[in-house]
Amino acid sequence: MALFIEQLVNGLTVGAVYSLVALGYTMVYGVMRMINFAHGDFFMIGSYLGFTLVSSALLGGAIPLWAALIVVVVLSMAGVALLGVIVERAAYRPLRRSSRLTAVVSAIGVSIFLQNAVMLIWGPRYRAYPPWSVPSITWQVGGIYINFMQVLILAVSFGLMVALYLFVQRTTVGAAIRATAIDHDTARLMGIDVDQIIRLIFLIGPALGAAAGVLLGLYYRQIHFTVGWTYGLKAFTAAIMGGIGNIPGAMVGGLLLGILEMLGAGYISSAWKDVFVFLILILLLMFRPTGLLGERIAEKV
Amino acid sequence: MSLLELGDVHIAYGNVKAVKGIDLVVNDGEIVTLLGANGAGKTTTLRAISGLLRLQSGVIRFGEHELQAMPAHKIVELGICHVPEGRRVFGTLTVEENLNLGAYKYRNDSGRVQLGRERVYQLFPRLEERQRQLAGTLSGGEQQMLAIGRGLMSDPRVLLLDEPSLGLAPKLVQEIFRTICEINRQGVTILLVEQNARIALRVAERAYVLETGRIALSGESLELRRDPRVQQAYLGVKEAAGLS
Ligand SMILES: Nc1ncnc2c1ncn2[C@@H]1O[C@H](COP(=O)(O)OP(=O)(O)OP(=O)(O)O)[C@@H](O)[C@H]1O
Ligand SMILES: [Mg+2]
Repeated sequence: MALFIEQLVNGLTVGAVYSLVALGYTMVYGVMRMINFAHGDFFMIGSYLGFTLVSSALLGGAIPLWAALIVVVVLSMAGVALLGVIVERAAYRPLRRSSRLTAVVSAIGVSIFLQNAVMLIWGPRYRAYPPWSVPSITWQVGGIYINFMQVLILAVSFGLMVALYLFVQRTTVGAAIRATAIDHDTARLMGIDVDQIIRLIFLIGPALGAAAGVLLGLYYRQIHFTVGWTYGLKAFTAAIMGGIGNIPGAMVGGLLLGILEMLGAGYISSAWKDVFVFLILILLLMFRPTGLLGERIAEKV
Repeated sequence: MSLLELGDVHIAYGNVKAVKGIDLVVNDGEIVTLLGANGAGKTTTLRAISGLLRLQSGVIRFGEHELQAMPAHKIVELGICHVPEGRRVFGTLTVEENLNLGAYKYRNDSGRVQLGRERVYQLFPRLEERQRQLAGTLSGGEQQMLAIGRGLMSDPRVLLLDEPSLGLAPKLVQEIFRTICEINRQGVTILLVEQNARIALRVAERAYVLETGRIALSGESLELRRDPRVQQAYLGVKEAAGLS
């Protein structure tokens, strides 16, 4: 039982990170009907930006460590958000009226470009967040152990998800995002600048991905310029699980995937945990491409 | 005084010409109707006015502005609102959210949005009862009311209506057209696209008849109603009424 609960907590932790990345896939798909294959690389660049910020003098001790880490997350989000907007303008906007395949090829091109840029800037080898970047605090709650990073990840991820949910559901601009996802032309007739909505999506999605990148970097410590593909594919699986285009679905899908992965690691074999995830992706694409939540709840974006 | 004016407008989808040089004037305060059979180019014309389609050539003037190079959202800001064919309400959004989006250009002025909603609820009391309901669950008639109401939320000077009678029972058509006249009395100029020529010619002062992308006839509604070509093709009056 203790193992079960422990793996549940581990699963929720990584799952929350998957959810953040999955939101980027789902929002871009919802509004543009396009899979942004470069999205995992925003996650990866976030983890590198976080690495540089953490390694720099920022954690000099003027503010508490947890607050400094939040500053690192926010700065990385801002940097990657800017990058997202630039990528949209340069690589996707000119192709808005072309075929989907063209956009996919462009996205793969962006991905290769970003990975190579990171390799040139930070080097081709694994980098590691310094050991002192995270306080080694562990709490014992009712027989299970939960550490500082797990609490930070859960707090930041859930905070961001609640904020996003309220923004999309409760504000007029949020309603404009949902309307654009339903019908671009009619959204235009409402006076909505659809290009601006798309720019906003390419600001929010990469920002959330960057937060996930920093958090996972701090959690596992090791980063590499290819992690965007591995985690991108996991988050994509989570987005499909929740029904792509569905925002709450991506949140639930990420958590569910994290839990399944960690239970598989705990009870079967941790060496095979990535295999479980990709098995789930293949099964989903074959039997339930609209997601586990079904069409009814799958309100598009 | 002309408020909206199309001059020698040509529109094509790829190589297919849909509108082949039309001139059309809508004066301030009028109801003008644009009639025509399926595929004549009526929707195409409205979509060009509202900026969803680009012209091959020609000009569209609105007051002192030229619209043909303007993005759609700017045209809404200037005061033209297009209520599209087939209603196109946002089905997974509530009635109230649909209305609020109609007032997107006033999104930072909640007082103005509130006033807009009150105006719409006065015209269509049924929408007020259903404000929290998802738009997709409304009946066809209610969706048409919502589409028109949503259009009014931007407080337009010109309302472009594309087949508001489509798919509605005769009694509801009467009701919708009474409201259209009421909206016009409130000072909104209306360009009305219809296949139901009978009712359109009753509410409009002037009419244009479009045939395969060209204006075939135009004039006062009263005259057109007596024109044998209109009677035969659009009003369903049998030829050679004297046969008996
Ligand atoms: N997206 C499109 N691509 C290619 N051709 C189109 C497109 N939309 C319309 N057309 C063509 O343009 C012509 C005019 O169409 P339009 O929709 O303007 O007609 P309409 O007068 O509104 O007809 P209806 O009364 O059936 O709504 C038609 O021949 C139609 O087939
Ligand atoms: Mg039409």
